[in-house]
Amino acid sequence: MTLMTRAGAADPLVVAPEAIEEAAKLLYIRACKILPDDIKAGFTRLDASETDGTAKRILATMIENIGVAERMDNLLCQDTGIPIFNVLIGRNVAVDGWALKEAIARGTARATREHPLRSSVVHPITRKNEHTSCGERVPVINIDFSDRDRELRLEMIPKGSGSENGSFLQMLIPADGIAAVKRFVVDRVIQAGGKVCPPTIVGVGVGGTSDLCMHLAKIAATRPLGSRCADAEGAKLEAALSEAVNSLGIGPQGLGGDSTAFAVHVETAATHITMNPVAVNIQCHSARRASATFTPDGVAIGF
Amino acid sequence: MAHHVLHMPATEEQVRALRVGDTVTLEDLLFGIRDATQIHMFDRGRRTRFDLRGHAVIHTAPNLRKVERSGTNHSGYEPVCIGTTTSDRMERFTRPLMEREGVRIIIGKGGLRDGSKEAFRDLGGAYLAVVGGAAALETTWIEAVEDVDLDDLNPESLYKFRIKGFGPLLVATDSHGGSLYDTVNAEAARRRQAVLERLGAA
Repeated sequence: MTLMTRAGAADPLVVAPEAIEEAAKLLYIRACKILPDDIKAGFTRLDASETDGTAKRILATMIENIGVAERMDNLLCQDTGIPIFNVLIGRNVAVDGWALKEAIARGTARATREHPLRSSVVHPITRKNEHTSCGERVPVINIDFSDRDRELRLEMIPKGSGSENGSFLQMLIPADGIAAVKRFVVDRVIQAGGKVCPPTIVGVGVGGTSDLCMHLAKIAATRPLGSRCADAEGAKLEAALSEAVNSLGIGPQGLGGDSTAFAVHVETAATHITMNPVAVNIQCHSARRASATFTPDGVAIGF
Repeated sequence: MAHHVLHMPATEEQVRALRVGDTVTLEDLLFGIRDATQIHMFDRGRRTRFDLRGHAVIHTAPNLRKVERSGTNHSGYEPVCIGTTTSDRMERFTRPLMEREGVRIIIGKGGLRDGSKEAFRDLGGAYLAVVGGAAALETTWIEAVEDVDLDDLNPESLYKFRIKGFGPLLVATDSHGGSLYDTVNAEAARRRQAVLERLGAA
């Protein structure tokens, strides 16, 4: 991809909009077809530990589906989701931010028309579908920065609606304590039941403002299995909650069993002295991601 | 736990013979329906030209490819990926779907609520669970998109699918008041207190 880099060791990495557009298209389609290795390993782990007969049959069907999708080059799930792009910009990277946003939308629309994919995106009031998977403020684009030199990472997440509808925020207060945070997570998992397509990744945000708290829950729900919360207290909380939700007996598809969640993931942020916010955002078992990492050496496609 | 093969459409007697925990494979025909389809049919008075009496509907909105209409393909579409969506959002349409359109079976994921269970009991219907998110596999059970109605709602149109060996599906709510979801939800509620105690959050 000669389009994207400029020669010279000291020059910043320049990623051309055309390269972003191609990557956005490729990632949307790839994410819909190939599950990340950590999610596949999560299925193997749950299948080995599941004790309920119906649950084991359901897990076997899900595992079979992963193989069918890869062999037939088909989508894992019919729900093409709300397209989310996480852009992680390293140091010494030159980006025309406006052109980048436009390129992501063009790539998303092309994936939808050219594959074709079902456009799952409508106007919130008229419910009109433009058949591009795009609309006002969609694709959702989150921009953050890293300390990686001359690296730009584009991560694509087609977020399914069954699990996204399992989103909850509660502005708890300090007097409620961490016990109320734990009760909130357990009760929302019970409330969501089979509607969020378990086994899930239960994303939990603790702290921040209301909007940051919900965003933390989304980060938690969409990070790889096996990753841990960077905050030591958050890491303890996610271990305890993982054990807790898998003791409820909800099971795959809410039809009973041990495998309610691959894991509970927690993300934390500092909060106000008067506040104790908690948010839950759930990722379904089709926990899809794809990424493109641009460096001076080229572009690497992964999860 | 019996296995049933049902060639659609089915009779009330055949559907009342289904019991929670049984498995079912459907043959021949299946209709695809969703949120907007039912909002337009039941809230906005639109009618379908399809005869749904005795048939099964699946809560879905498929990925399709446009093709030329030819032979038995009256829809102008071929399947790309067809799976199921969460049923709970469409709870209030179960009874009108059965009373007005004569539907006997609803297929979906995540279950429906008490109103649907009562409709299944009163009118002779059942809810069959298909594994959500296993759409690549499910697509192999669908031979063709034979016809489509209300297609201005695309992708939430009313679809007529030609199916072969669609299943096994799990009878999750039957016409005798049985519901696997009720059993699981009651068990989760029962375990909740002990789970909270272990968390120090009772």
